Amino acid sequence: MSREATVSPAQGAMTIKVDCLARVEGEGALHVKVKSGKLQHVQVRIYEPPRLFEAFLRGRMAPEAVDITARICGICPIAYQMSAAHAIERAWGVTIDPRVRALRRLFYCGEWIESHALHVFCLHAPDFLGCQDVIEMAATHKPEVEMALRLKKLGNEIVRVLGGREIHPISACVGGFHKVPSNEELEPLVSELEWGLQAAEAGAKLVATFGFPEFNPDYEFVSLCHPEEYPLNEGRIVSSKGIDIDVGEFEDVFLEQHVKHSNALHSVVRERGSYQVGPVARYNLNFEKLPDTVKMLARELHAEPPLANPFKSILVRSLELMFACEEALRIIAEYAPPSEPHTEVEPKAGRGMAATEAPRGTLYHRYETDAGGRIESAKIVPPTSQNLKRIEDDLWEFLPGILHLPVDDITWRAEQAIRNYDPCISCATHYLRVYLDSE
Amino acid sequence: MSSNGYKPKVAVFKFASCDGCQLSLLDCEDELLAVAAAIEICYFPEATRKVVKGPYDIALVEGSVTTHHDAQRIQQVRRSAKTLITIGACATAGGVQALRNWQDSAEMVRTVYAKPDFISTLKMSTPIAEHVPVDFELRGCPVQKYHLIELITATLIGRKPNIPAYSVCMECKRNGNLCIAVAQGEPCLGPVTQAGCGALCPAFNRGCYGCFGPMESANAEALTGVMLRNGSTKDEIQRNFRTYNAWAWQFRQASEEVEKR
Repeated sequence: MSREATVSPAQGAMTIKVDCLARVEGEGALHVKVKSGKLQHVQVRIYEPPRLFEAFLRGRMAPEAVDITARICGICPIAYQMSAAHAIERAWGVTIDPRVRALRRLFYCGEWIESHALHVFCLHAPDFLGCQDVIEMAATHKPEVEMALRLKKLGNEIVRVLGGREIHPISACVGGFHKVPSNEELEPLVSELEWGLQAAEAGAKLVATFGFPEFNPDYEFVSLCHPEEYPLNEGRIVSSKGIDIDVGEFEDVFLEQHVKHSNALHSVVRERGSYQVGPVARYNLNFEKLPDTVKMLARELHAEPPLANPFKSILVRSLELMFACEEALRIIAEYAPPSEPHTEVEPKAGRGMAATEAPRGTLYHRYETDAGGRIESAKIVPPTSQNLKRIEDDLWEFLPGILHLPVDDITWRAEQAIRNYDPCISCATHYLRVYLDSE
Repeated sequence: MSSNGYKPKVAVFKFASCDGCQLSLLDCEDELLAVAAAIEICYFPEATRKVVKGPYDIALVEGSVTTHHDAQRIQQVRRSAKTLITIGACATAGGVQALRNWQDSAEMVRTVYAKPDFISTLKMSTPIAEHVPVDFELRGCPVQKYHLIELITATLIGRKPNIPAYSVCMECKRNGNLCIAVAQGEPCLGPVTQAGCGALCPAFNRGCYGCFGPMESANAEALTGVMLRNGSTKDEIQRNFRTYNAWAWQFRQASEEVEKR
């Protein structure tokens, strides 16, 4: 049921259908059509059922959005909690304690470590090693797989200490946290993070030895940029082709476009086209703000920006993994509990937007509330829907160069090119226009 | 693995959901390789490209039914599986997307999507058990990962899984928490919610929000009375019952009854 290909070599014709993309979060499909040796049609189809979050958020009290929107994605719930909390804080004019801000960064580091360790080693690396999955990979790379699982567990442990549990943690709220940890509770994370830093470095060196196809599209990278920090919770929205805006202007600059061939809604930069968010974009736009150790390793591995090869996203994620461990160590070393776990908030009428950097890229939320603090309208733009058009563009550019390969290889390479983006279709779908045919 | 070397065949299917419950399986970092050695993972798209045809010994089903296509697909899944286990609030209660069940879903689709004609969705989000017989329902939003391992283990060796059916209050007392409902008058769904999370929310200074769904013998009506006496409004109480397990009948009934009080 999953993959089929028809080839008629005489006519140079071929269709490839991957009915269920594997090692991605959520349900998507890929259709490729080749005629007379030429690529005719590329479509990344999303058939994940719509869940209508923006609609049922209306009428809820705005602070409830923190827990509710987490349920859009089990892989990056903290990203949703953070974007929702920041957007409502902006709508209501709430300022947060700098120590709460630092703790939110630590919380986010946990999610990055978990998500990146999962994607780099369990979902993406098997492609480079010719394995179907991480279990098969463990047969030949057991120490590396064990290291990956321990790194993943470390990320989850940070989330658990701060948020009670790994998936849909329960501590975040508008204004801060319901409860903040003591220094004693954070202390046990330190030795494991020190190990994690070394493991991430070893991981980056390992993935740097993988074979990368030569492929360097002319991307417009988009990411948050903060003057002093590698971006997580705040910053301006900046692009490699000159965008530099406040988050409040997001919807003026980026447009959801209906593309006829696809039926799925694609985000584009108005009048320019597709763009890329995520690790590679962040890295190219914020390299200078990475810790020296990460920058040095990047140079050693010949991976400094500009880096446009999407297959090397696995290397960038590994370097971000190292950053997240180092940043977490820094925050814990400087940590003192805030006097109050959260700022008291006053529900009021308002409109607020926020974007934060989910592991997969920029996640935008906007809320409007009435005088009682109820949500009147909500808008959520997840990273995967922003990358979707770019993913298709990558395939249009990448596939013609590999059409001479056996069809199974083309299929696998195409899937790998999609997995470069670590797409999260569960996220994208509550927002994407979904076309469900009668298959 | 049994003595003859046969590895039970396990498949993981997804319907409308966030992927979090199946991720719980991958979150068993210490146990993952051991579990994978004991079973044959035949279908688990989140983790592998490999596809092995059924029939399966165990099908784990995440997510609720929200489309015609999925209503048909769950029938196929049921036919392919000896034991069908639903995991998480979406599969066992319809999930947060079941909030549409009280609203005009066509209007909701128009709100979210510019071209509603492209959207094929059912008016209701319903749990798997409304469509096919289910052998075991594992509650939680998300499920607890050790419950998942216990359940797979118990199913494979043919014993009853050791999953608590009592309320969160039991766990909360055992943890030595101060009762947030009694001491602070906070609305807390602990008394009517099935245990399993470890009574996390009260330990974080907030009331339980019922993500593990109603316990078997939940007296939600009595709890509504307590919450009203403690100063919660009817609207607040309704919203408390209407989150991730809103369509579970005990919570559904309580959320509808409160309007009439």
